[in-house]
Amino acid sequence: MIAAAICVASAVIFLQFFVSYCRSILASSKKIVLSDRVREVTGIANQEVGADDFNRLLQLVRLCPERGDDQSEIRAVGTYYGLLAVLNRVSRPVAPRFSTWLEQERQSCSYFAAVALDRRISYSRDLFTQQITDRL
Amino acid sequence: MLGPLDYLIWLVGFLAEIGVVVYLISRKQTIRYFPIAFYMLCDALVTCGLYYCVHHFGFDSTTYIYFYYYTDSLLNVLMFWVIIKFYQETFAEMGVSKYIRSAAVMLILLTAVFSYAVVHQNRTHLTSHFVVEIGQNFYFVGVVLTYLLWGAILKLRDTRTRLIQLVLALGIYFSADACTYALRNLFPGLEPNFLRWFPPLVGVWLPLAWAYTFAHVQDDARLEPARLMVRAR
Repeated sequence: MIAAAICVASAVIFLQFFVSYCRSILASSKKIVLSDRVREVTGIANQEVGADDFNRLLQLVRLCPERGDDQSEIRAVGTYYGLLAVLNRVSRPVAPRFSTWLEQERQSCSYFAAVALDRRISYSRDLFTQQITDRL
Repeated sequence: MLGPLDYLIWLVGFLAEIGVVVYLISRKQTIRYFPIAFYMLCDALVTCGLYYCVHHFGFDSTTYIYFYYYTDSLLNVLMFWVIIKFYQETFAEMGVSKYIRSAAVMLILLTAVFSYAVVHQNRTHLTSHFVVEIGQNFYFVGVVLTYLLWGAILKLRDTRTRLIQLVLALGIYFSADACTYALRNLFPGLEPNFLRWFPPLVGVWLPLAWAYTFAHVQDDARLEPARLMVRAR
């Protein structure tokens, strides 16, 4: 009985901590304005980053050279996005308000991926510039 | 029998633990985060000890099992020290550091006395069921303490991103471990093939998350904690 209570309470608290942790990572990217370059590459132009853009953006992120310092946060947000996607599918017919919140969260994840892509593109350009300078 | 994945998890965890210690030393923050550095160092030493036990006595040996569970309990006591450090940081401006220190000493003494009494009483039959139950209780105390701390951070509107992320990572660690131990207690049959993977993975999570926080979150970074709560929107 005690073990069951501990199991349920820990699982609920785990979810709360996990969601808050992921949101703390997402919060850091919310303040960053996307560059025109990344808007052009991703085709998001002036419109907002869509909730379903995450996987497409992540594919583009993987095409760029790794910076080596953003892997763990991309993985954590990827897991969070997967969890949100599953919850969204389940809750859409029964809880539309919750589903709206999930959609906003997924959109934040996509924005995070766009910011990660922007950083990697900048990093690639820096690498390229450095190589050109070294050759000269 | 341990496979390559077990060794890989050990190695990653060990490197992350050493990484945190080296980072804190290199940035001259060892004094400020001394409990964290000390815990990480002890955890790394325990990992070395576990490796030694597996190689000299075997994975199924009594020596390994005793070493694993005793060091796990000791590391838990050390982790309470880390939590107290976070409490002190959170309540620093309120000038209640003295009371927190007293409460910490009491808590550690009580935990030690309670653990000694329970282990002493059951030393003739320190079965796997018993150690799992003790582990489950220890981790759940950690969950409650961390949850209260998180509540205090929200209430006091503490905006330090680094402290927030360190506490949240700790909360994930404790709650995942408490849940795993409770499941092991409820369904012992799940242990050999499924649940045995969780404690090492969660053990790797904490040093990795802390290493990430120390390396990427600046000391002066600020974040509104209420934004992190689901109900706040």
